[in-house]
Amino acid sequence: MTLGLVFLTALMALIVGWLFRQTIHVRPWRAQFAAAPTSLAVGYPAKKAGLWVFLAVASSLFVLFVSAYAMRLGFADWSPIPRPRLLMLNTAMLVCASLAMAWSVRAVRRRDDGMLRHGLVAAGVLTVGFLVGQLVVWKQLNDSAYVVTSSAAAAFFYLFTAVHGLHVAGGLVAWARAVSRTWREPGTEAAGLCVELCATYWHYLLGVWAVLYALIVSEDLGLAICSSTPL
Amino acid sequence: MSSFVAHDETGFAPPAETGEVELYHPKTFIGKYIWSQDAKVIAVQYAITAMGIGLVALVFSWLMRLQLGFPGRFSFIDPTNYLQLVSMHGMIMVVYLLTALFLGGFGNYLIPLMVGARDMVFPYANMLSYWFYLAAVVLLVIGLFVPGGPSGAGWTMYPPQAIMEGTPGARWGIILLLISLIVFVIGFTMGGLNYVVTVLQARTRGMTLMRMPLTVWGIFMATILALLAFPALFVSAIMMLLDQTLGTSFFMPALVSRGQQTNYTGGNPLLFQHLFWFFGHPEVYIVALPAFGIVSDLISTHARKNIFGYRMMVWALLAIGGLSFVVWAHHMFVSGMNPYFGFFFATTTLIIAVPTAIKVYNWVLTLWRGNIRLTVPMLFAIAFVFTFVNGGLTGLFLGNVVVDMPLSDTMFVVAHFHMVMGIAPVLVVFGAIYHWYPKVTGRMLDDTLGKLHFWVTFIGTYAIFYPMHYLGFMGVPRRYYAIGGTNFIPDSVHLLNAWISIAAFVVGAVQIVFFYNLVSSYFRGKPSGGNPWGATTLEWQTEHTPPRHGNFGKELPAVYRWAYDYGVPGVAVDYIPQNVPPKEVPAGAWDRAAQPAGVVP
Repeated sequence: MTLGLVFLTALMALIVGWLFRQTIHVRPWRAQFAAAPTSLAVGYPAKKAGLWVFLAVASSLFVLFVSAYAMRLGFADWSPIPRPRLLMLNTAMLVCASLAMAWSVRAVRRRDDGMLRHGLVAAGVLTVGFLVGQLVVWKQLNDSAYVVTSSAAAAFFYLFTAVHGLHVAGGLVAWARAVSRTWREPGTEAAGLCVELCATYWHYLLGVWAVLYALIVSEDLGLAICSSTPL
Repeated sequence: MSSFVAHDETGFAPPAETGEVELYHPKTFIGKYIWSQDAKVIAVQYAITAMGIGLVALVFSWLMRLQLGFPGRFSFIDPTNYLQLVSMHGMIMVVYLLTALFLGGFGNYLIPLMVGARDMVFPYANMLSYWFYLAAVVLLVIGLFVPGGPSGAGWTMYPPQAIMEGTPGARWGIILLLISLIVFVIGFTMGGLNYVVTVLQARTRGMTLMRMPLTVWGIFMATILALLAFPALFVSAIMMLLDQTLGTSFFMPALVSRGQQTNYTGGNPLLFQHLFWFFGHPEVYIVALPAFGIVSDLISTHARKNIFGYRMMVWALLAIGGLSFVVWAHHMFVSGMNPYFGFFFATTTLIIAVPTAIKVYNWVLTLWRGNIRLTVPMLFAIAFVFTFVNGGLTGLFLGNVVVDMPLSDTMFVVAHFHMVMGIAPVLVVFGAIYHWYPKVTGRMLDDTLGKLHFWVTFIGTYAIFYPMHYLGFMGVPRRYYAIGGTNFIPDSVHLLNAWISIAAFVVGAVQIVFFYNLVSSYFRGKPSGGNPWGATTLEWQTEHTPPRHGNFGKELPAVYRWAYDYGVPGVAVDYIPQNVPPKEVPAGAWDRAAQPAGVVP
């Protein structure tokens, strides 16, 4: 749990520190109209703020899963599962999907509709490819008798990939909305924002996957976290 | 001192010509009151659902007390359903009543109105949040009727016993409870995103962070805690659900059940405890912080005095929120963990007493020489301060490892947490309902019935929980169906138990008066006008009461001051609403005889 503790303490310190900075040099009892609009809040879209808050929540979720994994890893009965090689291809697809999203955001900035459409379609196809690839990995493991109950390592593998996959699938819903916006009302600010938010989410999920993948393929990494977990 | 400013450095002040927010416009009755996206309607939906399921939990506590006070007299309570009653009472009260009511109910109603927004920023997600919550409640209720009944594993649901044969509801009961919790967390996340982002992004002109009423601060901070802590419940619920349904071994160790080796191998039950309390402790503050915020506003308004130490109050909220994540293992002192960690967690636990004590001092100092009006909301607010101090002090006992060891799992713990996170927040809920009911309905609640409700509830809860501390000292264990025939337990314990039960029935019964008051005042209550308490915050300055869709009139209010301008020297009125510009404030001395406190000028 040390990992979860460190992460959440850091996050809380960040939030509390930010709020404290906002409030330290203030004498609220003095009446005066605050006329000075400044950088951060003004014009910052609520949807963007909402996404960042959601990412904080999702991070909390993943960090706690990883904490649980690290804690369970230290137990005597741990027996690792084989590392499916297909995961490399899946990871490559997710990386490409993320790049395609970044490409789409560039297209939005350049107001290049053709490029945007290509980018979005590529991102969608690659992401669906990733999900299908993950299902194939499940089937491979299942066929070689590594089912969810066969070991804790297998159970965590299925759990990690399922939770991450569900987040990716949820992202595809947002992606579908971005696509429909882009086709119906190309070039509008709202459509651009949709694409931008999708891209942020895709990069985030790639980052999460990178961590989960590293943990799955390297017991040493898990043990390194685990060894600092004497609770 | 010139570095001080009257507004935040990143003061939020969008230009006056900000376009009107595009609001969702309901056309049918169903769109307006059922599938509503208006935060005020959602708030009422949340509140009614939460109070409905809360009543069920209240009845459960009556049944428990029947058994404890008069053991063996009532044949319909056997050890199995006693444990089920205990578990469901706890789970419903903590999660489905208090969390939902404070954040979903008060949060939805008050945040947009108090920060001067037309609605929450994501109304659709807000609506979904309620329907997920309702689904969670329905799943919970279905769990009461499945074969084997609801889970009897306690609200903490510790594995392995929660899913082993022999524990009541170890099959369908626990499955439905876990699914219900998962749905609740998903629903809450959608609501929580709204509360946080609305506070950050939708404040009206001039409503800087440091001009927000403490109610908003409390709910805001509690929501941040909940958003980061509920994932721990989510993770543990999913992993336990897999252990139960698929037979994985996340939490389940290799064990023998009824002479047979189970299929579980090498899981770790302590992992569950860590995850559960990683959520469970912040949960205490998820309930307490909104209560802190609301009670600050109640005390200030009804004592006609600015809150003492506003900035300290805000920073105390921040500090409590931050610290609440590093104390969870004080619930696990007896779990056999490393003693050095016990020391660490005892220290962090005791440190929390500092910001909470700051808050208590500030409430008391706000009352000091205030123009106190003992209205029903004020009575509840003062009662909260008493009760919270009581519960907090026993928390200092239990926060120490050596004191906790003998008291762990006794009635002392039950008395402590009921005082601090049961009675104290519920007193605030009542105070807040008496305070804001006029805004929600346009009518006052009946004062005489309110006072009756208050005194019986206040004195009654002390009659219940004070003696319970003594039971704990004598070593009476919690969660036991019956304690008869045990040598170390004297006869007086049984007498005391009967007394507690009778007090519990009386306190429970007086809540009927409260519900009667809620319903009858809705039809026959005295019309309240827009601002019956003479309060400064924006929700009392709306054009219509109850506020209509969109909250404010054509223009959103601009805010010129903080929420606590009561009894300002050199001003001819005894309070100045937040949206009154400095040039419109009448100068002169306030004539108390000509214009009593709180009278709307």
